[in-house]
Amino acid sequence: MQGEVIQVGVDNVLGEAARAKAEGYRFVTMTCVELDAASVDLLYHFDRDFELRHLRVRAAKEALLPSITPVYLAAFLVENEIQDLFGLRFQGLAIDYGRTLYFDEAVRQAPFCTFTVEDGSKDG
Amino acid sequence: MAQTIIPFGPQHPVLPEPLHLKLTVEDEVIAEAVPAFGYVHRGLERLVRIRDFQQMVLVVERICGICSIIHGMCYCQGMEELMGLDVPPRARFLRVIWSELHRIQSHLLWLGLFADSFGFESLFMEFWKIREKILDTHEATTGNRIIVSVNVIGGVRKDLDSAQRQAMLDMLGEVEEAVRRLEDTVLSDYTVCKRTVGKGVLTAQQAKDLGLVGPVLRACGVARDTRLLGYAAFNELDFEPLVEEGGDCHARCKVRFREIFQSIDLIRQASSRIPEGELAVKVRGKPDGEVVSRVEQPRGEVFYYLKANGTKNLDRLRVRTPTFANIPALIVMLPGMALSDVPVVLLSIDPCVSCTER
Repeated sequence: MQGEVIQVGVDNVLGEAARAKAEGYRFVTMTCVELDAASVDLLYHFDRDFELRHLRVRAAKEALLPSITPVYLAAFLVENEIQDLFGLRFQGLAIDYGRTLYFDEAVRQAPFCTFTVEDGSKDG
Repeated sequence: MAQTIIPFGPQHPVLPEPLHLKLTVEDEVIAEAVPAFGYVHRGLERLVRIRDFQQMVLVVERICGICSIIHGMCYCQGMEELMGLDVPPRARFLRVIWSELHRIQSHLLWLGLFADSFGFESLFMEFWKIREKILDTHEATTGNRIIVSVNVIGGVRKDLDSAQRQAMLDMLGEVEEAVRRLEDTVLSDYTVCKRTVGKGVLTAQQAKDLGLVGPVLRACGVARDTRLLGYAAFNELDFEPLVEEGGDCHARCKVRFREIFQSIDLIRQASSRIPEGELAVKVRGKPDGEVVSRVEQPRGEVFYYLKANGTKNLDRLRVRTPTFANIPALIVMLPGMALSDVPVVLLSIDPCVSCTER
């Protein structure tokens, strides 16, 4: 893949995002890739003068992930999208639609996951 | 002062597609704006599990009608990198010609809609009348007016012979003249300036921090255009990004207006330098690995992430469209604006909900 790929742990995401911002990288987007029934790869894509940097984070689907919106506000839409489509949860999201960006409140499944995790926090 | 919450959209006369803004207003001045969408989400990315990597060219072209060819080009470019395909030079030049033609019709469409957002109906109709010439050329050269579907993995499926290229250049001469006649009205007219100058201002730093792309970013004085990467045949053409300094709706309008002439120039260059040769190379084998592909759409950079596993179906297709990147700008631009300015500021980012709700 074009650009530098850095493998980081869940706990280091926010720090690495802050480092990218300090180095002048702009936030491009995030990609969630389902790996198996329990885990996903989260890719954070950054760009500086057309030079790409990707942070790769392996996370459990049930894990509470840190939102990078305190560093990059622009990430709020894609983090909400991942919450809707993959059922992941982000803590500290600047604007949290509560899994209603794309779906009705009654929707409890994550349609982009082959192995769906039902969100038990909502009443069907 | 008491605050009132006003729902703007998803059905609104100024919005051709459904987008919702939750506006908190104080005496008709916006205090807070929270965008929301999800009314027409299609989940096209998930189709990679059903459609094979060749069929997906047709799917990504249907993400958006206004920039269908550029979606197709971005996807094909990524697949070509993944499969190690060397696209023939003639195909690369044809991709430039068709994608720039697409950019012109998109900007003309936007200029019309923008005029409509502040009630300038005759200007709206003038721009759309000019745009018809581009759509007619699409039809004459590809058989379709909107989804022109010329890209395949490995090249293009249609050629432009010298007679067709000459007819296209003649048409572009007429378009250039017609657009030039409207220049004073669009850029200097008192009413237009009154509604656009100083509205929805963003600084270059804000634009960078928000990760904005395309004309919205370039209108803040940032010379960033993905065509500088030199994809297709842009590395063989003379090209410099067009920038403006104002950071307001007027500057965004100026960037798009000037980019029409720039695109015409790029098509002329490409048409004069296009080499003879094959249109496509054969695709052999199945893709494997992961890749990122980026190109410049009329609204800004589109970003594709592709992950393949050696079978006919991809593991993952992720599309970050330019409108998705530009929506956060509304959170910063709208507070402090009058309620009556919301349609103009909203339209100034050229929102494409079809792309956003891919």
